[in-house]
Amino acid sequence: MKRGAQIWITLICILLGVILTAQIRTQASLRNDIPTKRIEEMASLLKQAESERDALRTQVKKLTAQLDEVMSKENSVTAGMQEELKRARLIAGLTPVEGPGLVVTLNDSTRVAQPGQDPNLFLIHDEDLLKLVNELKAAGAEAITVNGQRIVALSEIRCAGPTISVNNTRIAPPYVVEAIGDPDSLETAIKMRGGILETVQFWGIQVQIEKKDKLTLPAYVGGEKFRFARPVEKEAQP
Amino acid sequence: MWLPVLGLMVGVAIGLIFPFTFPVAYTRYVAVAILAALDSVFGGLRGSIEEQFDPVLFVTGFFSNALLAAGLTYLGDRLGVEIYYAALFAFGVRIFQNLAVMRRHLVDHFRRRAGANLR
Repeated sequence: MKRGAQIWITLICILLGVILTAQIRTQASLRNDIPTKRIEEMASLLKQAESERDALRTQVKKLTAQLDEVMSKENSVTAGMQEELKRARLIAGLTPVEGPGLVVTLNDSTRVAQPGQDPNLFLIHDEDLLKLVNELKAAGAEAITVNGQRIVALSEIRCAGPTISVNNTRIAPPYVVEAIGDPDSLETAIKMRGGILETVQFWGIQVQIEKKDKLTLPAYVGGEKFRFARPVEKEAQP
Repeated sequence: MWLPVLGLMVGVAIGLIFPFTFPVAYTRYVAVAILAALDSVFGGLRGSIEEQFDPVLFVTGFFSNALLAAGLTYLGDRLGVEIYYAALFAFGVRIFQNLAVMRRHLVDHFRRRAGANLR
């Protein structure tokens, strides 16, 4: 082989080696680094936000305790007002409550989706929970929590990627829905033929129902601040 | 004969030492460039075995192939048609052809030598 040929081919070979390694590295980083970095970034942001939220929550608790203290001091004067306030807070879900009720535990199906079948059918969706909560409300549930999140007038039950968002808190299966009310009528309502449980059980979603004599549901914790809504001062046109 | 292999190793070593990567958007172009380089290497080896190696042809061939392939890739990106497959295909076929020709030459060479020894 001629010397010139070897040198030229060797030069191109060096170039080839450099490009090859760089390309392999690019592909490898494409597969691993970028998404994980992004995930890590997001996770740290999330952690930060969550710790902030927790701090605010403890603040809210402290302030509520202070408020209660002040209110209890002037017992005689504000007895009527306090009674009204208690009632309002009960309705709003701002106080922990206890009573007999029903615990419904839902978990994703263990069944494996056959090829061609939509795997989504075997998962619990926001709609399922929403229907269940709605059914419980219709059956006279007086207080409901989903995975410890108290359902109040402003609560949402919404799809949030692989999780479900309730009170802007993400929850994941198993979903535990606790409802205070007459256990028997609650159970009948959700077990209704063609009702919510029959539908989800068709897809193999695991459901456990438990009647309890005494359930304790936590109060609603979340933003109680109204940024836009203001109470109307004067009565509108009679 | 081992100089190109050494060159490849040197290139890989350089690539490993300097941790540079290509922008993600250009990975296709790089893939085409890699094939162009491979094609040139095989073409050059064949040429040198046939004793027809011409450095000018070799270098211009490498750059014109790489440029045309990159141009096709760019055009394909604009048009939404994967035209760079054409370049990949052409380079791939030529690499195999060159390999086959070189194999034939080498086999012939060794056979002739073996025959000379037998006699």
